[in-house]
Amino acid sequence: MNTAPIKIKQTIADTDLQKAIYTATGRLMAHRATSTDHLPEYQELRTAAHELKRHTIDNLDYYIEQFEQNVSAHGGKVVFCNDAAEVADFVLGLAKERQAHLIVKSKSMTTEEIDLNERLEHHELESVETDLGEYILQLAHQRPYHIVAPALHMTRYEVADLFTEKLGVENEVVIEKQTKIARGVLREKFLAADIGITGANFLIADSGAVVVVENEGNARLTTSAPKIHIAIAGIEKLIPRATDLVVFLKLLGRSATGQALTVYTSFLSGPRRGEEVDGPDEFYIVLLDGGRTKLLVDAEKRESLFCIRCGACLNHCPVYRKIGGHNYPWIYSGPIGKIITPQFHGVMEDPWLPFASSLCGACAEVCPVKIDIPKQLLQLRAEVSEGKKSGGTGSSERRGFHLYAWLMRHPGLFRLFGRLGAKMAPRPDGGGWIHRLPGFMNVGPLRSWMQERDLPPPAPKSFHDLWKERRK
Amino acid sequence: MPSGRVSLFVTCIVDQVFPSVGIAMADVLERLGYQIDFPEAQTCCGQPAFNSGYREDARKVARHFLKVFRDCEYIVVPSGSCTAMISHHYEDIFQDDAAMLRTSHEMAPRVYEFSRFLLEVAKVDDVGARYDATATYHDSCHALRELHIKDGPRRLLANVRGLTLREMDAAQECCGFGGTFSVKFPEISGAMARTKIDSILRTQADTVVSIDSSCLMQLEGAIRRAGLPIRTVHLAEVLASR
Repeated sequence: MNTAPIKIKQTIADTDLQKAIYTATGRLMAHRATSTDHLPEYQELRTAAHELKRHTIDNLDYYIEQFEQNVSAHGGKVVFCNDAAEVADFVLGLAKERQAHLIVKSKSMTTEEIDLNERLEHHELESVETDLGEYILQLAHQRPYHIVAPALHMTRYEVADLFTEKLGVENEVVIEKQTKIARGVLREKFLAADIGITGANFLIADSGAVVVVENEGNARLTTSAPKIHIAIAGIEKLIPRATDLVVFLKLLGRSATGQALTVYTSFLSGPRRGEEVDGPDEFYIVLLDGGRTKLLVDAEKRESLFCIRCGACLNHCPVYRKIGGHNYPWIYSGPIGKIITPQFHGVMEDPWLPFASSLCGACAEVCPVKIDIPKQLLQLRAEVSEGKKSGGTGSSERRGFHLYAWLMRHPGLFRLFGRLGAKMAPRPDGGGWIHRLPGFMNVGPLRSWMQERDLPPPAPKSFHDLWKERRK
Repeated sequence: MPSGRVSLFVTCIVDQVFPSVGIAMADVLERLGYQIDFPEAQTCCGQPAFNSGYREDARKVARHFLKVFRDCEYIVVPSGSCTAMISHHYEDIFQDDAAMLRTSHEMAPRVYEFSRFLLEVAKVDDVGARYDATATYHDSCHALRELHIKDGPRRLLANVRGLTLREMDAAQECCGFGGTFSVKFPEISGAMARTKIDSILRTQADTVVSIDSSCLMQLEGAIRRAGLPIRTVHLAEVLASR
């Protein structure tokens, strides 16, 4: 996609949707603020989390090996996959061998990232989302709108209609009752499922454990009811020690929803052993590269891999709050999506994306692992400008900036240009601002400005001129 | 009484569009006893090119800036954004130019956003100003998040006679300007401005004050387009008024 989606205008014009986004993100912002205000060591934890992530990512090969050894020691198996197709092949192969037909899934952005459901459906494997929001979206054939609140954009009335249409139930607008309806359907799925698939919030190298946080209990059922559990995670989810969780768990829930801890935090370390009653017979962890090693090459871009997917940057982003989650080219939306999408896919795939930011920095301010998102955006912008140069596009803008840079090194000419501009500009009566530009001027950036705002005319006399007069 | 020599960098937008802001800044500093130096060869800090990804162009403008201001003891700027460009981002663009990197590092601690200069160097929080208004203060993003300027301008405003300061609920939310963002994504930028204005309206203030003229251009442009009875004014102009 070379240009920003047209749908942005529709999203901004949709007052109901705007209200839904604002209310939901506003609530998450308020909850986060309250919960972090009550955590005196909050800033120290952010620094510690950043340093821990940096250390892990810098030594990822070491921790992956340690993790694999510990998983194997517990009877589990680590599977390395380069891309989406390899993950699908692995799941399909295993399903075929075990004659599995039904998969239950708990919420996982990584599996969204690789279109796992679609890939499995093509082979007639039923894969059911069990997180309420994800389940709603699966019925509606939609992508998550938000990293932690996937159905943030949908009203309960829309959900009521959807359930009636897809499940044949009576129209029910009470959220608790909707939950009950979904639960009724999903309980049967949990009991019948052959395989449970989850993501992972953290992979602990020194104990070979997978940590999954959630609020609905569906991940617990997903990992304990079926005979096989597969956790699918990006390689960046590793952390060195179980004790490091003290840092991350304190930050994750608070940053995401304002919870000191999510309702459930599951530590999963291998299949059911000996006399144990619960747990799967088989335990697999799929470690996905999916473009991540490309980022490892660049010391600055590595920082993008620190992300723990809390969604705080989305909630605090004034651009996300206007354009919502479906106008971004990939499933990762908001500020974090704006940096990892180009880094994973290449900047020239969606060259507009790093520019769709006012660089206000609200994202970096709330990022629990202190990713300097504006700095990365600026770096990506530079790469886009370079890319355009070799691709031969954007030449008028490039010429414009060359001219600007030349003019700014020639103060006399800069002032001359300024005086010319001041002479040519329309000057509304009474020192007012320009409400409408004459047609020949109403082009390019000026036209874009005038579309939304009035424009101040250049001053009749610049500061330079005024200062000279004053010093006479 | 503080004294000494300060050099003004008025920024390109104040020079060309809002010169009264520069004059006001000079007035306040002169009244405090400072001798004003205005390096005539100054133009721009280079931020427009830097923010748009044209780093080579930004470097050229930045080199010019460093040359013009190299020997100045204090550089005072009526903008948080331009100050941050010089003190924080010259470092980013001169990573591969040791000499320029050193020059920019030497300059960084001498570059002051106007309100910070008053509070930290001149050490005044009451300049004897009078400005009749019910005002609300807009935090410009780069001042707030890169320079950590938050309480200072509010303190200065609180000491202005005739001025009642009201805090808005979205004081720290971006106005939507963002340089070229404002014209690359006009719909988003405009919508952000209107959200900000809604917050301003809820305070029932008649005046919005900021330390960045670019934010005020964005806000006043949208305020005028909506036909609302709110004026925008730079902090320097409030403090120069008596």
